Amino acid sequence: MQAIARFCMVYGPPGAVPLTVEGFQPAERALNSSASIVQFDNVGLRYGTGAETLSDLSFSLREGGFYFLTGPSGAGKTSLLKLLYLAQRPSRGLIKLFGEDIVTMPRKRLPGFRRRIGVVFQDFRLVPHLSAFDNVALPLRVAGVEESDLQTPVSEMLAWVGLGHRATARPATLSGGEQQRVAIARAVIARPELLVADEPTGNVDPEMAKRLLHLFDGLNKLGTTIVVATHDLHLISSIGRSEMLRLDRGQLLDPTGALRHPPKRPEA
Amino acid sequence: MKAGVRQFGTADARLLSEGRLSGPMPWVIAIMMFLTVLAAAAGLGLGGAADRLDTTTGNRATVQIVEPNPDRREEQAVAALSLLQRFPGVTSASRIPTSEMADLLEPWLGPGGAQDDLPIPAMIDIELSPPAYARMDSLRAAVTAAAPAARLDDNAQWLAPLAGLIGALRLLAGGLVLLMIAATAATVVLAARASLDTHRSTIEVLHLMGATDVQVARLFQRRIAFDALFGGFVGLAAAGGVLLLIGARIGALGSDLLGSAGLPPLSWALLVALPVFGVLLAMVVARATILRALGRML
Repeated sequence: MQAIARFCMVYGPPGAVPLTVEGFQPAERALNSSASIVQFDNVGLRYGTGAETLSDLSFSLREGGFYFLTGPSGAGKTSLLKLLYLAQRPSRGLIKLFGEDIVTMPRKRLPGFRRRIGVVFQDFRLVPHLSAFDNVALPLRVAGVEESDLQTPVSEMLAWVGLGHRATARPATLSGGEQQRVAIARAVIARPELLVADEPTGNVDPEMAKRLLHLFDGLNKLGTTIVVATHDLHLISSIGRSEMLRLDRGQLLDPTGALRHPPKRPEA
Repeated sequence: MKAGVRQFGTADARLLSEGRLSGPMPWVIAIMMFLTVLAAAAGLGLGGAADRLDTTTGNRATVQIVEPNPDRREEQAVAALSLLQRFPGVTSASRIPTSEMADLLEPWLGPGGAQDDLPIPAMIDIELSPPAYARMDSLRAAVTAAAPAARLDDNAQWLAPLAGLIGALRLLAGGLVLLMIAATAATVVLAARASLDTHRSTIEVLHLMGATDVQVARLFQRRIAFDALFGGFVGLAAAGGVLLLIGARIGALGSDLLGSAGLPPLSWALLVALPVFGVLLAMVVARATILRALGRML
């Protein structure tokens, strides 16, 4: 119940548009901003016997940071995100997540780590025969939350992304933008420590994109580390404290691993 | 949030898209169970018949006095009976009455066919203790000495081919039951794999949200158990109907041997337990199959 109370503080009352950050409690998660939540060391990824999709990636992401991952199509952004959300293990190198080496970690320990990560997939990956409500509730059910404790947070989350009236709709009956909002609601419902989003605003209108980014911003202020892969420069510039990773042909453009701040939004 | 809960709620039974009892699996299991119950019933019934045969013929023998002269036949029958009643290890010896002999022969000779002028052997039915039964040769020698026209027939000897046939049929029935169990397990493996392929994308999403293999396997297990339960009891009901029909037909025949192949309550209880066993088997096999397949995913 405590988690749900926190949830309500984060997302605000149903229908609140847009999400404001004033009511947040930034110290919600004990943050150690100098600690790395993600650490890559000479990581390479190869599918089958082909050439390396990712090569020599070395960087670290600070706990509570907000990161944008950019690069041209085919640069390896999605592959890098797959490593982050534990859908893939690297072919070589070392990856530490939450301070633990996940490359050699026994498989049976991975679910516990995955529950700490929220993912917004580029192709949404909604379960087609479940309603929007059930799709959003999925991470909570996986975590064993009682049915009676699901109703309020899931309904509020759906209302917040503007889909309160579509709770019973199945993904096939939702537009691309609506599906994306359901996917985002599902990714953030369980208050992940690390949120990984692959082009999360690709199918939504600018107003909804702004709201979703505010949601990410609010989560980030509560301590969630955010990694967003995007091409959208406006999106990048809208979060002033964010940092940027730029990928090209499977390699970070800055081989030292130093992170650059995004370009400032041009003054109106 | 309840920490450490590792089970989906009932609401998540619908995580697997197909409704229950969809697809051929429940019906395949019903057919398997139908055949399994029939084979098991045959095995159990034959077991009853074998026991009955054993009780009827076990440690028993028949002495025949084959003598055409009625006076000498009678004289030797009395002498043989007298010897047998005193012989160590013979627990009972009784002469089969002439009227009973006539009744036994009537189906072959017709009514009144066993006339006095027909030389019908005198017969003595004897029961022996197991040690005496094992020393049949000494008894034969003693009887032949007292009544030269006597012939000692071991009942088990002439029923041996029938007992052998019943034993072979029991083995066959047992083998069929084992084959059916193996085929049912194989069906469950195939169904579980097919279901896993059908729901692969859902499973991947569940995995990426932190669902454990056991959580995912339970979804399939529950569904397959339900299918197996339905199929099992449909198969049992159909087989039960057939068995009752066969039982009625056998009863109408009036055969002692076939009648002894009937199923006692304990056998019926075992047959009813077969679908329950089938459900457990399906659950275990499905779980093992799913966990093994999931183990190959990251």
